[in-house]
Amino acid sequence: MIKVIKYVWLDILQNRIVLAYTVFLLVISATLFGMETNPGKGLMSLLNIVLMVVPLISLIFTTIHFYNSYEFIELLLAQPINRSKLLLSEFSGVASSLVTAFLVGVGGPVLYYAPGATGAALLAAGVALTLVFVALAFLASVCTRDKAKGIGLALLIWFYFGLLYDGLVLTILFTFSDYPLEKAMLVLTTLNPVDLARIFIMLQMDVSALMGFTGALYQEFFGSAAGSLYALGVMLIWIVVPIWAAVRVFCKKDL
Amino acid sequence: MITVTNLQKSYGRLKVLDNLSVQLNAGQAVSLIGPNGSGKTTFIKSILGMVMPDGGEISFLGEPIHNGWQYRQQIGYMPQIGRYPDTMKIRQVFDMIKDLRQSTQGKNSLLQLDEELIEAFELSKLYDKTMRSLSGGTRQKVSACLAFLFNPKVLIMDEPTAGLDPLAAELLKAKILREKAKGKLILITSHVMSDLDELTTAVMYLQDGQLQFFTDVDRLKADTGEEKLGRAIARVMSRGKLSAYERLSESFAVTNTHSIVQSSNQK
Repeated sequence: MIKVIKYVWLDILQNRIVLAYTVFLLVISATLFGMETNPGKGLMSLLNIVLMVVPLISLIFTTIHFYNSYEFIELLLAQPINRSKLLLSEFSGVASSLVTAFLVGVGGPVLYYAPGATGAALLAAGVALTLVFVALAFLASVCTRDKAKGIGLALLIWFYFGLLYDGLVLTILFTFSDYPLEKAMLVLTTLNPVDLARIFIMLQMDVSALMGFTGALYQEFFGSAAGSLYALGVMLIWIVVPIWAAVRVFCKKDL
Repeated sequence: MITVTNLQKSYGRLKVLDNLSVQLNAGQAVSLIGPNGSGKTTFIKSILGMVMPDGGEISFLGEPIHNGWQYRQQIGYMPQIGRYPDTMKIRQVFDMIKDLRQSTQGKNSLLQLDEELIEAFELSKLYDKTMRSLSGGTRQKVSACLAFLFNPKVLIMDEPTAGLDPLAAELLKAKILREKAKGKLILITSHVMSDLDELTTAVMYLQDGQLQFFTDVDRLKADTGEEKLGRAIARVMSRGKLSAYERLSESFAVTNTHSIVQSSNQK
């Protein structure tokens, strides 16, 4: 398995996209911290970018990488290599390189300008989001044979979690505003990894007071150690379930 | 060596393999023949575990291959269209596969490499070319070399000589014959009947995903009264009725003699 990961890395290093992604994150983070005199505000701006850009890049890069390594996968499957291990190696290779890019590109500036618990939370959330969306992208890619369809599906996932989901939640809030919705909101949040990451970080920033009554509820729930653990656990489910499903589909796939 | 029982596979509504059962033994050289779309490649890919059958079972050396992978150590496969990572060089492809094979075999047993064909094709001169820059024929050469490289007990070749130049095709055929003499199981699909005539001793004929017959080449020739495998197969394909093929070949023979007569008259 390690050997296969090695070849996935070699391939990723060769096309330099991940390197460009690292530089892009580095420039954005450094600029945002440079513009704001208060590192807290810098973190806040960075948060919004991380929540949009990290899922998008993870999805698109993974999907394109998967379709581009189709030949590689086909070649290896005629060799004595375990299918599930092959896909897990692909996942580990792609995920680890994107996580490294994120940790260098965002982690570097955060450590330099705004070290502390909030910065750590931002980094943890970014890493988790990367893993979640790489896993989702793998699931989307193994389910579709066509490259254009696969990328379309990946974009749809991004639109759904990044934009549509918030709209849906707001609609639910307005429609059922006569009922106590706090518990329901907690559940709804866990259904979207991006929201989960956002709230997880916001609570570390002490801006939850701006979020009204639900904010207080979140504070009470996520602010505690148990709440953080819960958020982490849910994120883990968001990583493990898609990749498990992807392995299952891949093992039954005809090449 | 390979036992296939009631193998079934459909793509949507299309039945590609229909209750296919066959037993392939070591020392046999089998030609897999059938019209286009008769399920030859699907059959081969099912043996390799690249296509998942809907039903039935394939055993390799007595063990069902279901989701296994170790058995592929014993198989050399040359695909119809070899597809390789574009940016890799020939050397890197060979090194990578050797590296991966070595790691699955464990460190104690060294790989027994068979680089005869690499030398015969003089591939080492092209080692630093990327796969993207290779012509179709050179790609086929790489596929062939990979199939033989690990001295497998079973060789599966999907249209091996298609796209190869005459010299390379002869070199490959000589290599296949040498491996056959070592008692390996060889399974070849091809539409070039003269190649199969030279190489194989048994014929497996597929039509619409069903096994029509599995017999010795000599027997088939005797049954059909033909001396060449190509003619014998054509006769089988058009069994019963005077087919388009025979009418065509007759009229062809007529026009041919006609033109020969004409040209000799002109002389």
